[in-house]
Amino acid sequence: MRIIKRAIAGTMESSDIQIVVEAGQGIEIELKSSVEKQFGNQIRKVIRETLEHLDIKDVKVIAVDKGALDCTIRARVLTAAYRGADIKEDYNWEVIN
Amino acid sequence: MDRLRRTMMFVPGNNPGMLRDAYIYGADCLMFDLEDSVALAEKDAARFLVYNAVKTVDYGNTEIVVRINGLDTPYGKNDIEAMVRSEVDVIRLPKTETKEDVLEVEAIIEEVEKKIGKELGTTKMMAAIEGPLGVFNAYDIATSSSRLIGIALGAEDFVTNMKTKRYLDGMELFTARSQIVLAARAAGIYALDTVFSDVDNEEGFRKEIEFIKQLGFDGKSIINPRQIGPVNEIYTPNDKEIKKALDVKRAIKEAADKGSGVISLNGKMIDKPIVDRADRVLHLAMAAGIYKEESGYEE
Amino acid sequence: MKNNLGRDIPEQIAGNYKIYQGPFEQAIEGRKSSPKIIRVKPGESKLLASLEDAVIKSGLKDGMTISFHHHFRSGDYIINNIMDIIAKLGIKNLTLASSSLTSIHAPLIKHIKNGVIKKITSSGLRGELAEEISKGLMEEPVIIRSHGGRARAIESGDIKIDVAFLGASSSDEYGNANGSNGNAICGPLGYAKIDAEYADKVIIITDSIVDYPNMPASILQINVDYVVKVNEIGDSKGIASGATRFTKNPKELLIADYASKVIVGSEYFKDGFSFQTGTGGSSLAVTRFLRNEMIKQDIKGSFALGGITKPMVEMLEEGLINNIFDVQSFDLVAANSVSKNERHHEISSSFYANPHNKGSAVNKLDIVILSALEVDTNFNVNVITGSDGVIRGASGGHCDAAAGSKLTLIVAPLVRGRIPTIVNKVNTVITPGETIDVVITEIGIAINPKRQDLIEQYKKSDIPVYTIEELKDKAIEIVGNPEKIQYEDKVVALVEYRDGSIIDVIRKVK
Repeated sequence: MRIIKRAIAGTMESSDIQIVVEAGQGIEIELKSSVEKQFGNQIRKVIRETLEHLDIKDVKVIAVDKGALDCTIRARVLTAAYRGADIKEDYNWEVIN
Repeated sequence: MDRLRRTMMFVPGNNPGMLRDAYIYGADCLMFDLEDSVALAEKDAARFLVYNAVKTVDYGNTEIVVRINGLDTPYGKNDIEAMVRSEVDVIRLPKTETKEDVLEVEAIIEEVEKKIGKELGTTKMMAAIEGPLGVFNAYDIATSSSRLIGIALGAEDFVTNMKTKRYLDGMELFTARSQIVLAARAAGIYALDTVFSDVDNEEGFRKEIEFIKQLGFDGKSIINPRQIGPVNEIYTPNDKEIKKALDVKRAIKEAADKGSGVISLNGKMIDKPIVDRADRVLHLAMAAGIYKEESGYEE
Repeated sequence: MKNNLGRDIPEQIAGNYKIYQGPFEQAIEGRKSSPKIIRVKPGESKLLASLEDAVIKSGLKDGMTISFHHHFRSGDYIINNIMDIIAKLGIKNLTLASSSLTSIHAPLIKHIKNGVIKKITSSGLRGELAEEISKGLMEEPVIIRSHGGRARAIESGDIKIDVAFLGASSSDEYGNANGSNGNAICGPLGYAKIDAEYADKVIIITDSIVDYPNMPASILQINVDYVVKVNEIGDSKGIASGATRFTKNPKELLIADYASKVIVGSEYFKDGFSFQTGTGGSSLAVTRFLRNEMIKQDIKGSFALGGITKPMVEMLEEGLINNIFDVQSFDLVAANSVSKNERHHEISSSFYANPHNKGSAVNKLDIVILSALEVDTNFNVNVITGSDGVIRGASGGHCDAAAGSKLTLIVAPLVRGRIPTIVNKVNTVITPGETIDVVITEIGIAINPKRQDLIEQYKKSDIPVYTIEELKDKAIEIVGNPEKIQYEDKVVALVEYRDGSIIDVIRKVK
């Protein structure tokens, strides 16, 4: 999958994470998190794994986290990625994990 | 034993905090909503969020229901695919008018179950009836699929269609409620009542619960954790009811011990409806934590 | 070295202080400290024209100790104004012995940097000041003391106050001061009473001079050297909120529901019982639930203690509790009640919680409900550092009430956002686990194994009972395993237990 436009998903509310994806070179993640010291590495790992699972190789991710759980992070990355790839209601559920 | 479905709590599908916390309040069922509580531009986001939450979060014994968008929208099909894959317990159809509405959704569920190698029929269904045509077809809908666990009344759309609004005494819903509970009982599935939106009006809420309990509903859709307590309380049998139920059970046991086919209590014959009612009373009492099978009931 | 809670205390500190051994293990000896004898003759005036005059007249010099109270909370103007004047006068190397500090005191950062303040002791630190101190702003570690511990330290002479600058809502020209009259009312001055009695010099600062005598007074003329009138002592909105509101947050209500069930099911809930609750959402809801249950069972309480809020005042007025012991009012309803209800008693911090007097009020407590930022599997409680290791709270009366009360309950959500509350090891121990009986979360409770009686009792109830390890596992299951906070060796604060021993240290966060 390829990110062809800037897209955004999620909110700045508590327990959510806002994910912005843009076309980029390689996977680049810029994270601001209220739980950076405790969970920063885990959050980056979940973002990266979700992108890799979608076979996205080039993307810049700007994430603002307010204490989201892993399942929320995954959901917001999926949403932003599909929006950025301009895929609407035409998902390949086999690759969504 | 049958599942209790006294409370089915609505949870907006695009709210991560609520999806995480909703189970702690002790609702019998949680209903994650992809439909009316989600803006059109966020349908994809809510679907991915509920999909991941259901797959990951341990909701314990709580039954997880997801209200999908109708198949007449661009979202319905993906909603079904995502929810079957997430292994949700029940898919709830909105605005069900005919049995064909149910069958169409069922066909897609079955297709996805086959695709992912899931045992056919595992994903259950529930139909919300929200218009006069649906009420009219209630029995047809209730008997349309073996996946159906229940039908529910959705009153907001219904009263609008009926050119009326909601009143506190609920007379405008009387026919619809009666029809739905009748259809559900005839089909042997659950009947669930509509929501009561004014969370701060506890007195009005309690009256409505008393009334739907009297009609025979199994439970009620609710919109706030604070509504769980009153429903459970009203659905909890009182001492007299529990004692009578225990007497019935004792009489059955005594009759069985004696090898007698006829069961009687205080000179009256006990037949199946009485036994069923006793079972239901004890089940509700157990759920309320005031009766334990092993330790018995202490007055 | 490790103290007996397993907390790592640097050798250098262990050599200079007593180390925590248990809630009542420290030997005590000696006599109380005493202030200088000072005579004010007939005809002498105590009124001064300005704060600057007051600082000069007080004789404040380099290296001395000054004190303030925190009754004006986040509305306080006094500390910042006085410190600015002291800095202007060129006085340096002071010890600041405030009863507590809040986020409004961020301007102190510059006075620490410019050498005016060298040491601090306080119940708590918040906001920017707390963050800077956590990052290593000060050379000398801050000493964190509980409310009872501060009273003890002042009485024993561990804290020797040279000059106390005490704000008051009103005062007469001779120094009879209180928090119940004036433009900005704060209620009792329980934390300031002790400063007034033990400081060498006492200066009352008020924006409302009233006719002599201003009675009843929290601070008496016999202890006051000077009185200064200023335009404003603080922002009344920050000093006392209108009334504490009842929570509608379902999670807080659920926790409160479990807490009430634990209390009502306990042997302590009977006629003549006493209790203390905090100001958090759950705590206030418990007060309301208890009220309903007391009416239902026709039970009357003997006293309520602590920081006081509207719901407690209502119970006093309804005759459900016979007395209130109030060291600090949290809202206007409570502040106003002290002066009009003779069974609403203002008490000093020593009366409230001092472990080394002839019996403080916490000794007579049956039940206390306290909050927590973190609780560990040994039931140790942290209320001072966030899960990121940064200071953001206050010791308060937490460890005092826990040590005194027969039944100590901690109410806290299992997780906050992604932060687990129940953890393997708290970042900082304020209250030792041996003084905690039950931890109450939204999914159920955990009972300290030392209370087998309670374990037996609640096993039969419909409250879900877990071990503390099970609660911790459930929290981790939800949020994942947090990484350990990385600290440097530098100690930024010492945590004193109420008896004066070091229970923990707070290190600089990497």
